[in-house]
Amino acid sequence: MSHDLVVSARFGIANSHTLIVAQAHGAYTQLSTLLAQPPQSLVQTVIDSGLRGKGGGGAPTGAKWQLLEGQAKPRYLVVNADESEPGTFKDRHIIEHDPHLLIEGILLSCHALEAKAAYIYMRGEYRFWHDRLQSALDEAYGAGILGAHSCDITLHRGAGAYICGEKSALLESLEGYRGQPRLKPHRPEPEWLWGRATIVNNVETIASIPYILYKGAQAYRAMGTKESAGTLLFGLSGHVNRPGVYELPFGMPLLEVIETYGGGIRDGRALKAVIPGGASTPVLTAEQAKNATLSYEGMKLAGSALGTGGMIIMDESTSMVDALDNLLAFYRHESCGQCTPCREGTHWASSIVHDIARRQPRSDALPTLKNIARTINGQTICVFGPAVADVINGFLRNFPQEFA
Amino acid sequence: MSFALTPAHAQRLEHLRSRYETPRSLILPLLWMAQTQEGYLSPEALAFVAHETQLCVADVTSVASFYTMFALSPQGHHTIEVCGTLSCHLNGASQLIEALQKTLGITLGQTTADGAFTLKKVECMGACHEAPVVVIDGVYHARQNVQSLTTLLEETRS
Ligand SMILES: Cc1cc2nc3c(=O)[nH]c(=O)nc-3n(C[C@H](O)[C@H](O)[C@H](O)COP(=O)(O)O)c2cc1C
Ligand code: SF4
Ligand code: FES
Repeated sequence: MSHDLVVSARFGIANSHTLIVAQAHGAYTQLSTLLAQPPQSLVQTVIDSGLRGKGGGGAPTGAKWQLLEGQAKPRYLVVNADESEPGTFKDRHIIEHDPHLLIEGILLSCHALEAKAAYIYMRGEYRFWHDRLQSALDEAYGAGILGAHSCDITLHRGAGAYICGEKSALLESLEGYRGQPRLKPHRPEPEWLWGRATIVNNVETIASIPYILYKGAQAYRAMGTKESAGTLLFGLSGHVNRPGVYELPFGMPLLEVIETYGGGIRDGRALKAVIPGGASTPVLTAEQAKNATLSYEGMKLAGSALGTGGMIIMDESTSMVDALDNLLAFYRHESCGQCTPCREGTHWASSIVHDIARRQPRSDALPTLKNIARTINGQTICVFGPAVADVINGFLRNFPQEFA
Repeated sequence: MSFALTPAHAQRLEHLRSRYETPRSLILPLLWMAQTQEGYLSPEALAFVAHETQLCVADVTSVASFYTMFALSPQGHHTIEVCGTLSCHLNGASQLIEALQKTLGITLGQTTADGAFTLKKVECMGACHEAPVVVIDGVYHARQNVQSLTTLLEETRS
């Protein structure tokens, strides 16, 4: 399938992370023209493009940006580079190979949002990528691309906490508090950094902005499906021959992507299960994966969610009990501890499944697990809790014989 | 003993002050500077950060303790982190952890008696396509096996 590369076009070019090479291959060429346009027209193009957020939730970006309309200044843009969802490793590729694409995306987005400054919150483990992006920022300041007449961009380093990827926890962390999610408002409103109206977007979302504004909304919409416009950096890991990231238009059959791009299942084995969009999306059986297509609507139809597009592939040798045991250990460790159902429930579910894995299950293990999932669901401050409930239910529903 | 920033860090701090609306937001940047200088967050460093951010030490310590990458006690000279999350687990992370525990004679979370190595199991490092991943002193090493890890350990020791 031939399609434009929105965020990975410069990935293959030697030294594409340097300003001089990025510029020689098109970076910043239309920047001043676009910055001269009225902000509202840029927002309109983003609305028309159908762009949806690529951090996992898939919220329409244009509609989110409109939440700033009428809000007082200063306003801020925060770029989410926390990338901690297991199975997800796409944003680091943009930062590694094309940091100037991200910087250009931020400059354009700040203009559209009339934001005074931008903060990039990057997970602490990404030291190499932190240094790479800081060098690119320094280069851009040195060349006058960033500076007195532009928004300032500040790189902020996290320190190891999955929950800081959740946008309100991220802002708490940026403000210097423990990274615990905030209570959600009942009506849509912007996020708030130091009490100022703020937009939080994923790295890949912001890196898609230059393409959309250069080529126009229709060019972006021409790729993908009606409800899922454009492309995504899909990730393949687990039991595949060629794990990696591949930028593909939405709507491709899941199995075709595993075969064509992932090189098929390792050691010629059969597929058993796929977690399609990062650890927090419900697991699919090989049978369910058969007709599934990689779009928001396609994944919903298949019984899961598109999430971050980071697929974890498991072959026939995998124990589903062992896989769930592994995931629950992760969630138990990463619960921020604010909500009792989440803090206690992840702990409890994890030890019950661990006992099943050790072949010493309690007699009421299954009903208790289901009960824990029900108790977490809908009773928490952020969607970490419900996601864990979905993960547990997905495994129990799709592989009941293994938990019996 | 008291704590002071290196001149380069002090300069960076002055630069950062103008970037944030409140001094409190300087906590993470300051904790990183302190830990980079001393290898962990000493009580003196925490007091220094509290002073710079106009907070009390308990507040700063509470924030520091929330984040797994901050060490509140001295660590081994080298830190070995093995990712144990699903994609790495499916590709043999458990065997790596077992082998490391045996070679180093310690269990997860411990430091060798000579203070050379601290061994940790960590959650997904965002490198699942390079599983299993081992991070030594902050540097990612892709697709490790017991043999490659033994070589890596020797190189790190020397
Ligand atoms: C537990 C949890 C972890 C998250 N982690 C990330 C992350 O690492 N990176 C990210 O971009 N979004 C993450 N998100 C989603 C963010 O809250 C937010 O929706 C997103 O950054 C918005 O950007 P987008 O609309 O461009 O996708 C996470 C959400 C939850 C509930
Ligand atoms: S659901 Fe879990 S992670 Fe989210 S705020 Fe509550 S305790 Fe924290
Ligand atoms: S699971 Fe090990 S890096 Fe993601």
